[in-house]
Amino acid sequence: MSPGTLGSATGGPGSGIGTVAPMPTGPGSGRGTGAARHHIVTALVENKAGVLARVSGLFSRRGFNIFSLAVAPTDNERFSRITIAVDVESAPLEQVMKQLDKLINVVSITELAPEAAIERELLLVTVEAGPAQRGEVMALVGVFEGKIVDVGRDRMTVVMAGPPGRIDDFESLIRPFGIVEIQRSGRVALPKLERHAGRLHGVTGTLEAG
Amino acid sequence: MRLTGAQALIKSLEMQHVEVIFGLPGGAILPVYDPILDSSIRHVLVRHEQGAGHMAEGYAHVTGRPGVAMVTSGPGATNIVTPLADAAMDSIPMVVITGQVATTAIGTDAFQECPITGVTMDITKHNWLVTDAQDLPRVIAEAFHVATTGRPGPVLVDVPKDVSNAPMDWYWPSSLDELDLPGYHPQTEGDPGQVRRAAELILGARRPVIYAGGGILKARASEALRELAERTGIPVVTTLMARGAFPDRHPLCLGMPGMHGNYTAVTAMQHADLLLALGSRFDDRVTGKVSAFAPEAKVVHVDIDPAELGKVRRPDVAIAGDCRIVIEELLRALETMGIGATDGTSVSGTGRGGASSDGTSGRAAPAGVAGRPDLGPWMAQLRAWQEEFPLSYNQEEGGALKPQFVVETLRDMTPDDTIVAAGVGQHQMWASQYWKFDYPYTWVNSGGAGTMGFAVPAAIGAKVGRPDKMVWAIDGDGCFQMTAQELVTASAERIPIKVAILNNAYLGMVRQWQELFYEERYSEVYLSPDLPDYVKWAEAMGCVGFKVESAEEVAPAIEKANGIDDRPVVIDFRTDAFEKVYPMVPAGGSNDDIIVGPAEGEGGR
Repeated sequence: MSPGTLGSATGGPGSGIGTVAPMPTGPGSGRGTGAARHHIVTALVENKAGVLARVSGLFSRRGFNIFSLAVAPTDNERFSRITIAVDVESAPLEQVMKQLDKLINVVSITELAPEAAIERELLLVTVEAGPAQRGEVMALVGVFEGKIVDVGRDRMTVVMAGPPGRIDDFESLIRPFGIVEIQRSGRVALPKLERHAGRLHGVTGTLEAG
Repeated sequence: MRLTGAQALIKSLEMQHVEVIFGLPGGAILPVYDPILDSSIRHVLVRHEQGAGHMAEGYAHVTGRPGVAMVTSGPGATNIVTPLADAAMDSIPMVVITGQVATTAIGTDAFQECPITGVTMDITKHNWLVTDAQDLPRVIAEAFHVATTGRPGPVLVDVPKDVSNAPMDWYWPSSLDELDLPGYHPQTEGDPGQVRRAAELILGARRPVIYAGGGILKARASEALRELAERTGIPVVTTLMARGAFPDRHPLCLGMPGMHGNYTAVTAMQHADLLLALGSRFDDRVTGKVSAFAPEAKVVHVDIDPAELGKVRRPDVAIAGDCRIVIEELLRALETMGIGATDGTSVSGTGRGGASSDGTSGRAAPAGVAGRPDLGPWMAQLRAWQEEFPLSYNQEEGGALKPQFVVETLRDMTPDDTIVAAGVGQHQMWASQYWKFDYPYTWVNSGGAGTMGFAVPAAIGAKVGRPDKMVWAIDGDGCFQMTAQELVTASAERIPIKVAILNNAYLGMVRQWQELFYEERYSEVYLSPDLPDYVKWAEAMGCVGFKVESAEEVAPAIEKANGIDDRPVVIDFRTDAFEKVYPMVPAGGSNDDIIVGPAEGEGGR
C-alpha cells in the first residue's frame, strides 16, 4: 500500500479498525443512545489518497452531522470500507446517500436502520484503580465481559467490545472511579440476517390463498 | 514509444481532440509548456489565471465541449479556484491542469506549493494528483470522461514537476474499461414506470408549466423540449441557465422565472397544477420562499443528478436521467396515450406580440385525447397576465440613458444568433430579460456562483469556440474592472469580441438593495463614471473605445462597433444610476409577493 492511502493512514492492513475522532454533533446530542436518531451508512470506497477527506469533507460541506466514523481496509486491497453513523436529524438520509454516491471514489453504499443492523464498537479506557477500588472495577469489567489488558500501580486499562449502547452503560458506570484516558473506535456494522424469511413468506401466502 | 510525462500529457490532450488551451505558464508547469510548441493545440496566453478559467467556461458554454485551462502551482492554481467554483455551480465541463512542486517537495511548504487538490475538493466534480508519469494518459482520459458525462462539471489534474519530467511508455486507453473508475456510472435512461406516470400527470393537468433549466442545454435537448412543448401545448419558462433552450419568440415561451423573472413566468409557476422540472434544480433564486413556491403543483422532476431529486422540493415523479433521453421517452409514452407527432405547423412562431388576442396559439394538444383537460383557459390566463404585466421601462427623450434601452437596441441591431456574455448584477438581469434568445448556446453567464468579472473572459472563450458568430459581452462597470485586463489577451490573440459596459457608476445591484432594504443608506457602492476613463483604458489595451451618453448615440455607436472585426471594441454606455431591476421578489419572500415595478413617482428618478 502506497504512503498516504487510506489503509496506511488508519493503521494499515491487519491493524483492525482505524479511527477518526467523532465530528462535532449537535447540541445536546447523546452518544448514540437514542436509537432512532442515527442511521448507519457503510461506503465501499477506493483505497486512494484523499478519499477519507472527500467523504468527511462532504459531510461538513453539506451540513450533515456524524456520530462516529470508522475506516478499515477490506479483503480486497483496492477498497476500504467506511462505516458512518449519521445523525438523521441533521439531514434527510436520502440526501446523505445520494451526495455520497456522487463521489467518484465511492463504489457502493448501503444503509442500515439501527433495528436492521448488528452494531459493534470497541472501547479502551484507563481508569483510576488503586488497591481499594481494584476489586470493584474488576467486578464491573466482569459483568460487562470486558478485559483488563494492562495494570499499573493505581490504574488499569480495560478493553471492551459490544453494542454501542452497552458501551455507553459501561462508560457511565466506570466514570465515577476516575477516567484517565478513554478512546472509542466508532461503530462498525453489518446487516442482520433474515432468519426463516422464506418460510414466513410461505405461511403468509398460504393464509392469503386460503 | 518513450515520452516524458509532459509530452504524454499534451499528446493525451490531442487524443481528446482539444483544440485550444487557455493558460499561463510558471515554474512547476514549465516542462508541459515545452511540448506545446510542437503541438497542433492552440494556446491562448491569458493575463491572469482567473481569465483562463472563465475563458474555458465560455468556450464550453457555446461549444458543449470541455474547456481546457492550464496554469502553474501555488498562486497560479489558487487564481483559478473561482472559475472552478463557478463551473461547479453551473455544471460546466472544464478540465484544469495545474503544475505542482516535485513529489519529493510536496508537504514541505516548498516555493509556490499549494495543496490544490485539497483546496478544490469540494468545488470540482473530481480531482487527481498524479504521482506516476505512467498514469497520465489514463488520468487525462478519466478527467475528460468525468467532466463531460453525467452531470457535467469541472475537474482538476495536478501534475508535479518531476512527474512531467519523468519518462513513460506511451499508451492510450482504448475503451472505458481501461479507466480506473469503479464508482462512476452515471445513469442516463429514465425509469419506464416513472416516465409513464409523468405522461399520465401531463394528460391530467389543467395548468401545466415546463420549468426548463440548464440541464436542457447540457443534454442538448432543445429540440426534444420544443417537440414536447408543441405536442402537449404546455408553456415553458426558461431559467437564467436555460435562456435560449427554448426560443423566446415561441408563443409557448413565458421567459425567465425567479427573483427578477417576468410576472407571467413567476406567477404561472405559482398557479400551476403541474410543474415539469426538466434539468432545473429549484434554485432559491427561482423558488423564493420554498414553502410558498408553486403550492398547488404536482412536480415531475427530471435530472441526471439523482441528488437533485428531492433536494429542495419532493417530486411526485422523480426521474433520474439525461434530459434529452427522458424527454424522448416521455414523447413515446405520450404517443401511446394518444398524443402523437404534430404536423409541424400546429404552433408557429408568431412573435411575443401574439400574446394579445391569440389565445389559441398555444393550443391544448391535438384533439382526440379523451379526458384531457382543455388548456385553453390556462393559456388565456397567461396571455392576460402577459398583457397586463409586461416588462417595462421608460426611455424619456433627452432623459438619462436607460440600460434596458441599450440592451434592446443592441438586440435589434445584431444577428439573431449573436452570443451574449454577461457579468453579474443588474446588467446581467437586464440582458437576460430584454434580449430575445432564440437559439441555444447563445447566452453565457454565471448563474449559480454569481461571479463578477465573468463576462469579458467568458466572451473571449466563447469567441474562440465560435469564431463564426458575433460575440457581445454586456457588462457592468464594477464587473468590467475585475477582469478587463483580458482584453489585452483578446487584442494580442486577435479575438474580436465587443463589450457594452452599462456604466451606472455604481455596484448597481448592491445599490438597489441598499435603496430598497437599507433605507437608501448607500455603503461602499459608488464607483464614479469617469475613473477609470474606459475609452482610454480600452485603447491602451489595443481595443477601439467609444463613449455613449445619450439615447440618440446608442445606435450609431453599435453600428460602428459591429463594423469592426479586427480587434475588440468597448463601448462605455453612461446609464441611469437610479434605474432598478424589476420585477423583483424580495429575498426570502414568496413569489406571490412579486413587485412588478417601482411605485408611482419612483423608479427612473
